Amino acid sequence: MPRNNLFAPEAYDPTHKHHDHTHHHHSHCGLCRIELENVSVTSGGDTLLQDVYMHIHCGQLTALVGPNGAGKTTLIRALLSQIPYTGAIHHIDDRERPLRMVRTGYVPQQLPFDKQMPVTVTDFIAASLTKRPVWTGVGKKTRERVQEALSLAQAEKLASRQMGQLSGGELQRVLLAMALTPTPDLLILDEPVSGMDQNGLYLFLDTVDQLKRSRHMAILLVSHDWSLVREYADQMVLLNKSVLCAGTPETVFACETFREAFPAAAREGK
Amino acid sequence: MNTIYAIMDVLLPFEIFQFTFMKNALLAMLLLTPLLALLGTMAVNKRMAFFSDALGHSALFGLGIGVLLGMSNVTVILVCFGILWAMLITRINRTGGASADTTISVFSSTGIALGLLILSGNGRFSKYSSILVGDVLAVTQMDILWLFIALVAGVALWAMMYNHLLLTAVNPQLAQSRGIRTNLVEYAFVILVAVAVMLAIRWVGVLLINALLILPAAAARNISRSARQHAFFSVLFSLFSGVCGLIISVPLNSSVGAAVVLCAASIYALTLLLSQILRIRLQA
Repeated sequence: MPRNNLFAPEAYDPTHKHHDHTHHHHSHCGLCRIELENVSVTSGGDTLLQDVYMHIHCGQLTALVGPNGAGKTTLIRALLSQIPYTGAIHHIDDRERPLRMVRTGYVPQQLPFDKQMPVTVTDFIAASLTKRPVWTGVGKKTRERVQEALSLAQAEKLASRQMGQLSGGELQRVLLAMALTPTPDLLILDEPVSGMDQNGLYLFLDTVDQLKRSRHMAILLVSHDWSLVREYADQMVLLNKSVLCAGTPETVFACETFREAFPAAAREGK
Repeated sequence: MNTIYAIMDVLLPFEIFQFTFMKNALLAMLLLTPLLALLGTMAVNKRMAFFSDALGHSALFGLGIGVLLGMSNVTVILVCFGILWAMLITRINRTGGASADTTISVFSSTGIALGLLILSGNGRFSKYSSILVGDVLAVTQMDILWLFIALVAGVALWAMMYNHLLLTAVNPQLAQSRGIRTNLVEYAFVILVAVAVMLAIRWVGVLLINALLILPAAAARNISRSARQHAFFSVLFSLFSGVCGLIISVPLNSSVGAAVVLCAASIYALTLLLSQILRIRLQA
């Protein structure tokens, strides 16, 4: 189901104040948590995910970890309804009622694209916000909305830069700005670590952390930066086809299965 | 039509444009170059120059099929064939196997070979050789009307798909997460390119059609930073090359298509030089 039809760009509420730290429930939906029940994915006879049970709560950052090929990307694609799965993914609001649809913002892993492409950050974000083809230019109103989106990720200064000329961290901020517009209920960050220096990374996660508090968003972070996970995650899930261990980061770091999967990380934690 | 001719008489006080066939040729150029230039911007960004080249060459096969079927309307068969061929190449590229350039090369040479085999039957290839170089001076008023309709429809479709295509070109997973049907958008694009190429091929020719798609966009890219600049300069360069090529070639009595492409190639060289100078200036 194309999300654009359900949530037209006009639905974005520009009155949201992003620096508002006071706790408030987002008005447009009221997602409380996402429950994955018995979720399995198979592809060509291979089992990619088997009987996954997990919860993702709003107002919390859930770190998803697991070895290569554990099915993390598959899980994300299932959450985005991009692949068929068996089992159920329930979206539940704060009165324990099921929600039919939630908005998901997705910050993908960085893929290579043509760096010489004459496309500015404004072009790129405007293309996701309006129907007007950006080769005819970007209107004043759209330009303002792009600025507003960029300010959510503290990337206002990047508006007129060319996409291919951004550093890894800058590109990640632009992608975050896009994922946050219109405001999502669930934000998925797929290994934002790659291509960012340590400073940029913490700056990025600080921004995400603020958003978690101010917007009460559910955040799913795929990362293998253990110090980062320790510092920012409220919940942690170890995945390898199915959930091996879940709970607070302390719980998972202490898990036997975690220490088997990542012996070096477990030693470092002690 | 007469009104348009009258306006042209005022605007273009050149001797060569006294003739109606020259006026028609000029109008045809002004109608067929902008759509190719716009589509070219994305073809260049998505590194599809080789793909469109193969598509253009395979028009020989399309023409061959038309001849075998005894069809009189060449354009219809070329367009239908172009769409199928473009979808086939895209489909096979997606299933993987060989790398894209290998697959495309196989398609290109197969298309040419099949076309030549059919068209050169009984040693009569000379009858069809005009498809190789095109003949824009043979454009009729009816053709111009069709080119006009194609331009309007093509630009409208292009405007509809562009934003989605742009997001898909940068990051397909991201585009999908925003509800964009990336497969649909990509097929729509190759089909539109196929139609535009096949409509223009009678006038520009198999050998040079790809240059008209790629060169203006490639030249524009050298000096553009935004999508708008890219589209603007690409259209500007292609219109300029089209008109210049026409004016240069007629007194020389040589191929219009060749002159147009050489104009576009000169612009490419100039913009490349300009971008290099600018880069050196910036570094200094």
